[in-house]
Amino acid sequence: MNQIDETLLAQIADLHGTPEGAYNIRKDSALAGRSNTKNITIETKADQSGIDIHIRPDTKYEVVHIPVIITQSGIEELVYNDFFIGENCDVSIIAGCGIHNDGHNRSQHDGIHTFHIGKNSHVRYSEKHYGQGNGGGEKIMNPQTILYLEEGASVQLDTVQIRGVDSTKRYTKVVVAKNGEAILTERLLTHGNQTAVSEMDVFLDGEGASARIISRSVAQDHSEQTFYPRMIGNAPSFGHVQCDSILMGDAKIRSIPAITANHTDAQLIHEAAIGRIAGDQITKLMTLGLTAEEAEERILSGFLK
Amino acid sequence: MLKLEHVSYQVTEEGQALSILNDVSLTIEDNRFIVITGPNGGGKTTLAKIIMGLVTPTSGSIFYNGTDITHLGITERAKLGISYGFQQPPRFKGLRVRDLLELAAGNTKLPREACCQYLTRVGLCADDYVDREVDASLSGGEVKRIEIATILARQSGLLIFDEPEAGIDLWSFSRLIETFQSIRQQRNVTLLIISHQERIISLADEILLVADGEIRHRGPKEEIFPLIMADTVSGCCYMNEGAHK
Repeated sequence: MNQIDETLLAQIADLHGTPEGAYNIRKDSALAGRSNTKNITIETKADQSGIDIHIRPDTKYEVVHIPVIITQSGIEELVYNDFFIGENCDVSIIAGCGIHNDGHNRSQHDGIHTFHIGKNSHVRYSEKHYGQGNGGGEKIMNPQTILYLEEGASVQLDTVQIRGVDSTKRYTKVVVAKNGEAILTERLLTHGNQTAVSEMDVFLDGEGASARIISRSVAQDHSEQTFYPRMIGNAPSFGHVQCDSILMGDAKIRSIPAITANHTDAQLIHEAAIGRIAGDQITKLMTLGLTAEEAEERILSGFLK
Repeated sequence: MLKLEHVSYQVTEEGQALSILNDVSLTIEDNRFIVITGPNGGGKTTLAKIIMGLVTPTSGSIFYNGTDITHLGITERAKLGISYGFQQPPRFKGLRVRDLLELAAGNTKLPREACCQYLTRVGLCADDYVDREVDASLSGGEVKRIEIATILARQSGLLIFDEPEAGIDLWSFSRLIETFQSIRQQRNVTLLIISHQERIISLADEILLVADGEIRHRGPKEEIFPLIMADTVSGCCYMNEGAHK
């Protein structure tokens, strides 16, 4: 690991050195390190690029790290990661992708993550995306996250695009069974001429299923963002979609939400707001001794925290 | 010491000049408890905002502890030790009560106990609030009390409050009065409170009666209170006539 690798790993996975427990580190399309535990097994796929992660039933409080870094300009990869999580687990999975591109060629990581979460299991999944480097080559990330929750299973999905990603097309699909719960938090920052499109489909298929989408985004400079959060209630269920965006500079944001109730006992709520930072927020923080710039920075960091 | 010299503020509305404050001069010695009161639209909030730098006067000068602050911005005045509690404070998605208290205390980490003390002084149970976001999930009264707590956390020399009682329930109001009483007893800061509330007015060392952009009267409460009453409903001929019919 060199200094660039360490910087990327710290940004995307808060990793400083080798992680404890199970992990799989992918660097420049190759395996850079792997560790299995008694309960968690990571295997390279035989038929396509990517890994299978098997977590045994009743595994509690274990953490899996699966970060991906790209440091060579011009690498373009499509990776399939499949998670098979047994019943009654309580685990955390920390993913993320960091690209350092000092060259002039495009670097691109398309990760397709599919989760099968067993009965009554709880999974926390965090995924951070970050780009850096001074070359003219684009840094592109197109993640797909597909989750199938069995009865009583729950997931807390926390995805963040920190900065430096020139283009992203994100797709998230969650199918929630009886008494399952999904909480999806997406935070996204774009700047310069970056573009971001995020689509989400959440299906509430079982009685007592619930889901919450919390989307917070900041678009700066000339960047553009488009959101399609969609919640579909097919059973007596509860869904809440909350999208908030801050616009800065000459940025543009479109939010096209859809809530669909296919059952009379599906309760679905949608709230969305796009706007500049309110002047009275800046003024308030200035009366506490912050400059206007410091106030703006503090409001943004809190909003995307 | 706070000193205003010949401060005026005018705005232009539909082509006509409108005087909001008219040649106000005022000196407030250190560690005084001053209440500004008077009819709505009389210029009280504008006067307070001019002191904080939220509004720039059309003419006149402002001095704080001997420094001419007339042309200083909000941030610089805050750093000199002036604080301002808004009548309708903003909400922040993503900033917690703890974050605001820490920013107010000088952008420093505050132990949970310190946060709790500030919140308790405005009648909030700290455990319920310290980690909550200051967003739309809080009621107007809760946001208002958090606002006052941030001013208490500022440790500044001049605390300005614009109608701290507005939107606060009776029980919390009693707690707030106790807090103002305790600040008054310590005599180490100057309080400048815009209020219409008799219990707050009765705490004042001095009352400023502001109306029509001027300081109409200034003096101890025993002297000013009768004047206020005469200026309100009881002193209104029409209302009196109506009452006798």
